[in-house]
Amino acid sequence: MKRRDFIKATAASAAVVCGPETALARPNLEPAENAVGMLFDSTLCVGCKACVSKCKEVNSMPPVIEGDKLSWDSARDLSPKTLNVIKVYKDGTAESKDQEVDGFCFEKRSCMHCVDPGCVSVCPVTAMRRDPLTGIVTYHADACIGCRNCMVGCPYNVPQFEYDEAFGQIQKCQMCNQAGVERINNGQMTGCAEACPTGATLFGTRKELLKEAKQRMAMKEGEIYNYPRGDLSKPDHYHEKAIPAYQQHIWGEKEAGGTNVMHISAIPFDKLGMPPLKERSSASIAEGVQHSIYNYLALPAIALAGLSFVIRKNINEDTEDQGGNS
Amino acid sequence: MSAYQPVGGKYFTRPFIFFLIVFLIGFYFMAERFILGMGSISNLNGGFSWGIWVVYDVVIGTAFACGGYAVALTVYVLNKGKYHPLVRPALLTSLLGYALGGFGAFFDMGRWWQFYNIFLPWHWNFNSVLLEVGLCVALYIGVLAIEFSPAFLEKIGSKKLLNRVNKMMFFFIALGVLLPTMHQSSLGTLLIAMGHKVHPLWQTWQFQPLMAIISALTMGFSIVVFEGAFVSVGFNRVSETPLLRGLGKAIVGLLITFLAVRFSLLLIQGNVAYLFKGDMASLLYLLETVLFVVPIYILISPVRRANGGKLLLAAISMLLGGALYRFDAFLLTFDPGPGYSYFPSMPEMMVTLGIISLEIMVFLIVVKTLPVLPREKHS
Repeated sequence: MKRRDFIKATAASAAVVCGPETALARPNLEPAENAVGMLFDSTLCVGCKACVSKCKEVNSMPPVIEGDKLSWDSARDLSPKTLNVIKVYKDGTAESKDQEVDGFCFEKRSCMHCVDPGCVSVCPVTAMRRDPLTGIVTYHADACIGCRNCMVGCPYNVPQFEYDEAFGQIQKCQMCNQAGVERINNGQMTGCAEACPTGATLFGTRKELLKEAKQRMAMKEGEIYNYPRGDLSKPDHYHEKAIPAYQQHIWGEKEAGGTNVMHISAIPFDKLGMPPLKERSSASIAEGVQHSIYNYLALPAIALAGLSFVIRKNINEDTEDQGGNS
Repeated sequence: MSAYQPVGGKYFTRPFIFFLIVFLIGFYFMAERFILGMGSISNLNGGFSWGIWVVYDVVIGTAFACGGYAVALTVYVLNKGKYHPLVRPALLTSLLGYALGGFGAFFDMGRWWQFYNIFLPWHWNFNSVLLEVGLCVALYIGVLAIEFSPAFLEKIGSKKLLNRVNKMMFFFIALGVLLPTMHQSSLGTLLIAMGHKVHPLWQTWQFQPLMAIISALTMGFSIVVFEGAFVSVGFNRVSETPLLRGLGKAIVGLLITFLAVRFSLLLIQGNVAYLFKGDMASLLYLLETVLFVVPIYILISPVRRANGGKLLLAAISMLLGGALYRFDAFLLTFDPGPGYSYFPSMPEMMVTLGIISLEIMVFLIVVKTLPVLPREKHS
């Protein structure tokens, strides 16, 4: 092959892959029809951490103890022993709740159950799966090889590997529906939603929760709203409270394809440690590039045929020229 | 008669013993990792789940091992037969680099006892870039072994098998060019799914595979120049400089392409401002650029190119530049979010140094035993 032809062929295949609209780019995945999820309203959270404690109970995980503070779980972030954690935002004098300057608020961290999950996309052995009915992102240790690509592929750093075990595995929230727990399949709600006294963590279908969030957003600050608690389809309790100064932003409606666990707050989400995500999921871009190159292995097969032909010809010419072996 | 011959000489030289000691220290920590878990010796955490074991041993180590790929491409595809003497040493370092990269990957697997799942088709996720990398690297290790096998078959004198292998060789060389093209570009594609965690100066989205393949080729060519020059000095052999400096021209082309694509992307993707922030990321980017420009400056001039020492300097600069490019993207400017930081622990580094030492020891043993280095022409 002439060098020029080779460079041309290479440039052409590069153009296929890198073109502004890669050949097989896919859009973000759509939410599962009956996806279940949760709505976390930061303005309702009082930081009691009942959800943290209930989560540990449901998932049989020990509390994290810091120093001599034995009376409560001191988990500061997600870990293989903590699938759900309440974090605090504090600014300046931290005088009043839900105030960005000189204020404070609480924020929940747990798996967001992405509509287009990065962990599922990157896992080489299908150990992370999105349930086709519930949309819950599940983990399957029997398939997992422990490469931890799910951890780097998750925008929220949710999957956590048990580094301190000789035979560890990934731990993540599976919405209380993993084998042996199966609360959702049994018609129950998630542990954290059940334990939450104020309804800050509300369980329901993604559609209903999104409607609920938009309703709260649409109301004027100071108007009285009847907040439900527990499972949005059958709330066991309501309480009246004035509508706070919500940010007009439902986190998880659109971010990277959206999430089934959505957050609303009076403080901007970047202040609460949410990542700078765009609407397009990174997974969809990566898969578009990957499939443009590897669909049916067509490009590699053509390349292999071409290379075999050229190399065979070159070796034969070489042998004739020198009359010797390689 | 083969164009290659064993170097000979004793195995237990002083450098060899030094590498053996480093390897044994690394080996001790490897054993600890398997008994007590990865957390006992590494600083890996929830945000940085890929540390130096992945980023050095696999992502950078396999790029260093692209010599066999670069030379095969030159000799067999672009039909530059005069570079033939470089083939075997390049293949050997590729084989070693990849085999140990594979070992590093296995070592890093949190659930290593079921690592074989990646080879079972019913587990495969075709959306996963890492699946492509894993399978392709595994296959390539086998292909490299076959490509290198004539050295071994010549030694044991199995003429029949040697002839059969040589007849099929064109196909394995073709695979040996195709497979690295695939997984080396995929190593870049891995960064796409990491999204915002990859610094904007390195997150080029759909251009990641292109950047990765160019950097792999430059590193492949420069490791050939580096090794060629180093072997000449270390084993006191006739210099291959005239042969090597021709490759220099190819490197210049690749380096200029790399820089041109990179700067164009900065403009197109609107990330120029990050260059002037004066933070660590911008400094690292600047350092990479310098490391890429130095070899261009040296190699572009026929006079400087003819100088063995300068040639070596160019190769080293380029190798560091390519390695730094990958280190920066995957680790040094990688930002999983607030609350996470990573610096490798001493045992973690010793494991990596142990693996490198093992690679060097095996290289030394093999070139002394098998016909790998070109037969010296006594003038």
